[in-house]
Amino acid sequence: MPAVSGFKPYGSDKTGKRKAVFLLCEEYEALRLNDYEKCNQCEAAAIMQISRPTFTRIYISAREKIATAFVEGRKIVIEGGKIEYDQDWYKCDTCGCLFDKLEEVPERCPLCGATDIEIYIPPRVESSIESLCGKGKCKHRKYRRRLVEK
Amino acid sequence: MRVAIASTGNALSDNVDLHFGRCEYFVFYDTDNGQCEFVLNPNRDKEENVGPESVQLITSYGAEKVVSREFGFRIKSLMMEKKIQMIVLQQDKTIEEVIGLLVNNGKGK
Repeated sequence: MPAVSGFKPYGSDKTGKRKAVFLLCEEYEALRLNDYEKCNQCEAAAIMQISRPTFTRIYISAREKIATAFVEGRKIVIEGGKIEYDQDWYKCDTCGCLFDKLEEVPERCPLCGATDIEIYIPPRVESSIESLCGKGKCKHRKYRRRLVEK
Repeated sequence: MRVAIASTGNALSDNVDLHFGRCEYFVFYDTDNGQCEFVLNPNRDKEENVGPESVQLITSYGAEKVVSREFGFRIKSLMMEKKIQMIVLQQDKTIEEVIGLLVNNGKGK
């Protein structure tokens, strides 16, 4: 999740009247992976489980929105988008089940009551990084989730 | 507390169903008095919107947890809204085994 829910410009008394720019969560994530974590676009697309062209579209949209906010002195609000939080899932090592949390961090497995639970990290398709590159047609349609354009 | 289990049939020896929305039967197990109720899923042969309707069904029975092998893409947000916990099994288990685990869980508290 982003550290803050948005950014405000300062130094102009008109900023309050201008409309905010809405940066979607997937656009924030694309920017973070590409420019902050310094992944290349193929790696970032594989992490986000989308195709490389889709990643580029999201990334371009993110940069355009941020440029708009900078130039026009508008606020940036980070919210919405088509996202899924994987860290919401937990795995019980005793009975092997997965479960989600409702409010607080769980201490016991809701099924067998065992305390040896851990945050579940879904297995990544490692080979997808190579197969997503330069092959024209994406062979991993099954694994990618389509992002709905705004 | 009530727990809903997606089942392939109406016997305790049947397996937990692979699909939540289109399972044959829902088993409602009450952890307080140990009662077990089998309900035929009216949505099992429907074409669409089975997930949300099945969520509605289990909320009308007052279930707070749901056990299944798989959940559909749209289910998670609905479940979170209704404050129902989802439990996804990674391997085949019979209804009896799941209830056994829940009973042991209750004893440990």
